[in-house]
Amino acid sequence: MVHWTAEEKQLITSLWGKVNVEECGAEALARLLIVYPWTQRFFDTFGNLSSPTAIVGNPKVRAHGKKVLTSFGEAIKNLDNLKGTYSKLSELHCDKLHVDPENFRLLGDILIVVLASHFTKDFTPACQAVWQKLVGLVAHALARKYH
Amino acid sequence: MVLSPADKSNVKAAFGKIGGQVEEYGGEALERMFAAYPQTKTYFPHFDLGKGSAQVKGHGKKVAAALVEAANHIDDIAGALSKLSDLHAQKLRVDPVNFKLLGQCFLVVVATHNPALLTPEVHASLDKFLCAVGTVLTAKYR
Repeated sequence: MVHWTAEEKQLITSLWGKVNVEECGAEALARLLIVYPWTQRFFDTFGNLSSPTAIVGNPKVRAHGKKVLTSFGEAIKNLDNLKGTYSKLSELHCDKLHVDPENFRLLGDILIVVLASHFTKDFTPACQAVWQKLVGLVAHALARKYH
Repeated sequence: MVLSPADKSNVKAAFGKIGGQVEEYGGEALERMFAAYPQTKTYFPHFDLGKGSAQVKGHGKKVAAALVEAANHIDDIAGALSKLSDLHAQKLRVDPVNFKLLGQCFLVVVATHNPALLTPEVHASLDKFLCAVGTVLTAKYR
């Protein structure tokens, strides 16, 4: 059972309230594809991923990034039931998408760097610690139904 | 994983822009690592790890100096960090997984202090560089 203190929940929700999900999602996914280029393997249908500029400007990347981060928002509304929230998505990522769960950890770390660059000094060590915990748990929940 | 000429150029330029603040970055990276990954504290039972610890700041300076040294000798990181590599293999024996954790925190520190510096390209180059440093420091483990 995951345990969140009131303070941890507050650090998550107060930051999330200020996040532009579309922009942040697009940036996180783009950076994932740029910093860890082997992750591009899942996006053959996305068109031009030939350079960082192409990736950042790619509309499919932007749209998918928004989708991914919107889903993250759902998790934040259900911090006490991440397993339930991600159960179907976990099955999907295993059975249909065939995504190695390591990629969830990579995206989580990238998201942290994106948040850090947006919130700068407001992204305190305590804030980072809670968010690292969250992305770790999301990655774990997404991997849970793998078989 | 190989550092391209562009990576090397990005890393040198980044450290150039960070300049003297790098010592502070080292300390803050450690502070963030201890907060986000408490298991890393097990390597510092002899330290005061409380907020503002002089020992953590001091150690941060050492870490930063090593990164700068590696960046300044980026064509031969293994050579530049050879003694540190020996130290980590023989004496410190920090589990290899932890270098990635410190690397992540160093990136976060750069992002919080200097977001404009961390374009996607520079982010990629710095991440590769930090990986390379971790690889060198654990290269002689077995």
